[in-house]
Amino acid sequence: MIAAVAFYVLAAVTVVSALLVVTARNPVHSVLWLIMAFFSAAGLFVLLGAEFLAMLLVVVYVGAVAVLFLFVVMMLDVDFVKLREGFARYLPIAIIVAGVLLAEMIMITVAVANGGAAADAVGPAAATADKTNIEAIGRVLYTDYVYFFQAAGIVLLIAMIGAITLTLRHKPGIKRQDVGVQVGRNAKTAMELKSIETGAGLNPEDLR
Amino acid sequence: MTEFWTSPLGWTLATVGAILLVTVGVLLAVAFLLLADRKIWAGVQMRKGPNVVGPFGLLQSFADFFKFVLKEVVVPAGSDKAVFLLAPVLTVIVAFGAWAVMPFAPGWVISDLNVGILYVFAISSLGVYGIIMGGWASNSKYPFLGSLRSAAQMVSYEVSIGLVIINVILLAGTMNLTTIVTEQEGWIWNWFAFGGGAGTWPTVLIMFPMAIVFFVSALAETNRPPFDLPEAESELVAGYQVEYSSTPYLLFMMGEYVNIVFMCAMISLLFFGGWNPGFDVALIGLPDWPQWLANLFYLLVFSAKIVFWFFMFAMVKAFVPRYRYDQLMRLGWKIFLPTSLVAVAGVSAWRVFMVGA
Repeated sequence: MIAAVAFYVLAAVTVVSALLVVTARNPVHSVLWLIMAFFSAAGLFVLLGAEFLAMLLVVVYVGAVAVLFLFVVMMLDVDFVKLREGFARYLPIAIIVAGVLLAEMIMITVAVANGGAAADAVGPAAATADKTNIEAIGRVLYTDYVYFFQAAGIVLLIAMIGAITLTLRHKPGIKRQDVGVQVGRNAKTAMELKSIETGAGLNPEDLR
Repeated sequence: MTEFWTSPLGWTLATVGAILLVTVGVLLAVAFLLLADRKIWAGVQMRKGPNVVGPFGLLQSFADFFKFVLKEVVVPAGSDKAVFLLAPVLTVIVAFGAWAVMPFAPGWVISDLNVGILYVFAISSLGVYGIIMGGWASNSKYPFLGSLRSAAQMVSYEVSIGLVIINVILLAGTMNLTTIVTEQEGWIWNWFAFGGGAGTWPTVLIMFPMAIVFFVSALAETNRPPFDLPEAESELVAGYQVEYSSTPYLLFMMGEYVNIVFMCAMISLLFFGGWNPGFDVALIGLPDWPQWLANLFYLLVFSAKIVFWFFMFAMVKAFVPRYRYDQLMRLGWKIFLPTSLVAVAGVSAWRVFMVGA
């Protein structure tokens, strides 16, 4: 009974906050609602018994990806009038895309319910009493799908290198801090004692 | 009677009771640790510190509490009011939420999750939202700069904390916090900071530096000096807290200190044996003690470790000058990240080739 109540509460919160993501006037509020949606989706994962996935969803999406979203969106100078400008013009395209997505989702749901094309495929191994779902995922990921796992890693690596090469600039004439040199300084290399005659003074050019 | 506690109603009552107990305990601990923080800081600077309210100033935190609560809540006119007030509340909720999986003694834990360590990681990564939301909603320049800094800083140091935690998980072979502690029982060399005992002891070469990396990352993660750039008073007035006053400010500060104490607990739990005293408990005949007495002893040991690490936090605050922002990023990405990555490779290699998990 409690599980059912929890499910309906979490599901309602997820749907409502997802709706508010698209209807909120302020983009920052949209991102905050998105975070709420992620978080309650993680709650739904917990109810399914997939606590590992739930935690990963929170760590990766809520803890890192959404922070960067928020980081960018916060710095936008939002003009609400301009935001609404193209609404009527893009509405037909938006309706078509949404319609296609809805149709696809319904078809997939029906296919899954009936077995469909994936009926013969081996389902993911469920967590059992002696095997937590971390172990279950680990075994599948590092044995059956190890090549896909590696390939996904390489794709991410390439994306990372691409982002770095796009943004890396070597500007000449910038003084950079070299911690090794700073720490390696001592009285001998950093300072020089000059004995000056009284009244003669010292030109700055005479110093090293 | 035992039947009642396993029924849904009894279970709910027991859990709510446990949550209240932990919350009140942590709050009381934070009240006195906050005073300790100020006293230690004062001691380093050869001052006396707060010594007026109560004997030795012991009641100072409570006086401060009432001062904050009784003041007027000022909400800036141009602020986003809902988000502005939500931010400190979120900070506190998240800070206390992390304590749900903290094992204080054998069996003394609210929720013994089998992904406990991931839960801790997930919840502590939410802490940044309080700061970002607070800084943005204030609709003011310095808070906003503070929150931008904090977002980048927290994301950076979470990476190295995550990799360090992986080392511990590899040695313990589990993500359950209670099991991680029981894996370290016995003598002091069984603690993960010293390599985790039989078979894995050579990993002390990796694990001890990793404990230090974790400590420094914990400083950065909790915005403690020398990494308190989101609230650097010499540059940003008070960072994201500039526009906050009275109770919302109190909530921010409370959340910060609860987080600090939590990080101290995590260091002692992951690397320094949690509630294990570091010697064979059979020596003092502990297995024959009644369960509650043994647990109290373990709780005492755990608290002593937490207080020790809090003392270290306070000393760092007193000694170390603040980092510059680029130095902070350099430390996080160019030093800690590669080091902890190599450490993960080293520990997993030891696990695979020398001692099977």
